[in-house]
Amino acid sequence: MNFLRKIFEETGKLVEKGKPLSWAYPVWEAADTIFFSTNKQTSKGPHIRDNMDIKRTMFFVVIALIPCYVFGAYNIGYLNALAMEIERGIVGNTIFGFTYVIPILIATFVAGAICELTFAIIRKHEVNEGFLVSCALIPLTMPPDVPLWQVFIGTSFGIIIGKEIFGGVGTNIFNPALTSRAFMYFAFPTKISGDKVWAVGPDGYSGATALAIPANPVEYDTASNLFAANTQFDYSTLNMFWGLIPGSIGETNKLLILLGAFFLIYCGIASWRIMVSSVLGLVFTSLLFNLLNYLTVDGIMQAGGFPNAMLTITPLQHILIGSFLFGTVFMATEPVTSSHTNKGRWIYGFLIGVLTIIIRSINPAYPEGVFLAILIMNMFAPLIDYYVVQANIKMRLARNA
Amino acid sequence: MELFNSESKKIVSDPINVNNPISLQVLGICSALAVTIRLDQAIIMTLAVVFVLCSSNVILSLIRNYIPARVRIVIMLSVIASLVSVVDELLKAYLYDMSKQLSVFVGLIITNCIIMGRAEAFALKHGPSKAFLDGLGNSMGYGLIIIVVSFFRELFGAGTITLPDGGAGYVLWSIPESWYAAGYENIGLLVLSPGAFIILGLVIWIQREFAGVEEDA
Repeated sequence: MNFLRKIFEETGKLVEKGKPLSWAYPVWEAADTIFFSTNKQTSKGPHIRDNMDIKRTMFFVVIALIPCYVFGAYNIGYLNALAMEIERGIVGNTIFGFTYVIPILIATFVAGAICELTFAIIRKHEVNEGFLVSCALIPLTMPPDVPLWQVFIGTSFGIIIGKEIFGGVGTNIFNPALTSRAFMYFAFPTKISGDKVWAVGPDGYSGATALAIPANPVEYDTASNLFAANTQFDYSTLNMFWGLIPGSIGETNKLLILLGAFFLIYCGIASWRIMVSSVLGLVFTSLLFNLLNYLTVDGIMQAGGFPNAMLTITPLQHILIGSFLFGTVFMATEPVTSSHTNKGRWIYGFLIGVLTIIIRSINPAYPEGVFLAILIMNMFAPLIDYYVVQANIKMRLARNA
Repeated sequence: MELFNSESKKIVSDPINVNNPISLQVLGICSALAVTIRLDQAIIMTLAVVFVLCSSNVILSLIRNYIPARVRIVIMLSVIASLVSVVDELLKAYLYDMSKQLSVFVGLIITNCIIMGRAEAFALKHGPSKAFLDGLGNSMGYGLIIIVVSFFRELFGAGTITLPDGGAGYVLWSIPESWYAAGYENIGLLVLSPGAFIILGLVIWIQREFAGVEEDA
């Protein structure tokens, strides 16, 4: 370690203030704090002594994401083997999948690092580890066959527009990973619109994702019957839980996402209130729509000429299909862009659940609505917080008056 | 008054750079978003605005001493509306395709904040030659921004660069088929209005950076 320390001390002299290389200080600082803890001390108060610094928080989120990566890679291989009608075994499938996941990961990190470093140098702020989490989340929301240059553009957009123009980590309004997902959704709809199967298969291989089946049925039926009638993939409730279905890389296996959720809650990083309340919002709204469908079965809520089959999806199926769980566990709970008060978190999460179902069910053009719901609620989080705080002030004034 | 002394130069160059009506004053945004899908539309729109703004500034400046202050808005509007009608009829007569594409947005030049704003703020207080230069500078400032925005929107959104001609537009360059075959895709978002907002925001960012304008935090 002494050897490493010496390297950093020597190179550190080169980037001191006033030296010709001083513009590179943020780069040096970032590399230095990866290996050694900083020797900078806060000169003004308030001082908070806590071993939970931003680096550790971000690192724990990345740990929680690793199982999703491994399973995502296995799933790509599994679906490919299914489409090609070959046997490859678990290890073979996983390795095959990683040949698709790793390039996406590299494209994301290269784009993220370029943007982050450029802004750190121009704006003279320190390189912030927040971009590591954003960049770790982005590939998990991508389809496996996405072109790498699109990933590059999408990531740059998310980091710059979603984060840097607001002043960097801690001052952003929108979740950067979701910003880039939303950008790619609208910019390159042929690749990422969510209604075609995202499996790496032979040319012309396609089919419907779980969400697209009730969104565009050939003939009206309840969602459960439509799932059962699909012979291409196994859309049974149990299999949708295990995640051997087409979808974005990281969102299919619900068990691993739940494990990640427990890990994050146990470490005190993510807010359980947001997760619980968003599931409550989803259950409430989907039950409401089930009831609506029951009351108006032949007619009012129509889509494409016959009753809207999206209204017949049960709450459990809504939780299992699409990226709802992934979004609510890893995206909605992001500490910067979510609500900061506990009451506010209940409202924020509940409305995410409500909006997800509304976008999914009422508008068949957008089969998946969770990322839009989270972005909309990101926008309203400061407003919710403001009114929660105001209500608290009023309550206390009334109590003490 | 000399036409090309430093003061007149400043009247023309300020609105193009450090006091740009779109990127600094954020006026005329609605039409900047609506007509920037294609480069040729933006160019024709620029010409129309140059004509209307220069003429209205000169006319209003000439009659400024006869306008009672209380009814000046009505008079300004009637002058501007007449000029816009002239442009609209001219387009219909000689550039029918373009007139159809621009549809109501030529008529909506009447409500473009830049034109009323310059009449109120400048033309009613200065002589005709200065008012003309001010109109020229502001309309060029407006045109510069919408031409830049439409260039990027059309190039990355639709994959073409179209120049105006008598008919439906002359395609100067379009992205070759071989690029599409190699996996290139147009960014569909840029054709939609949110794309215009994003590009306009980036242009404003860069323009302010170059003009050295800092807004109070």
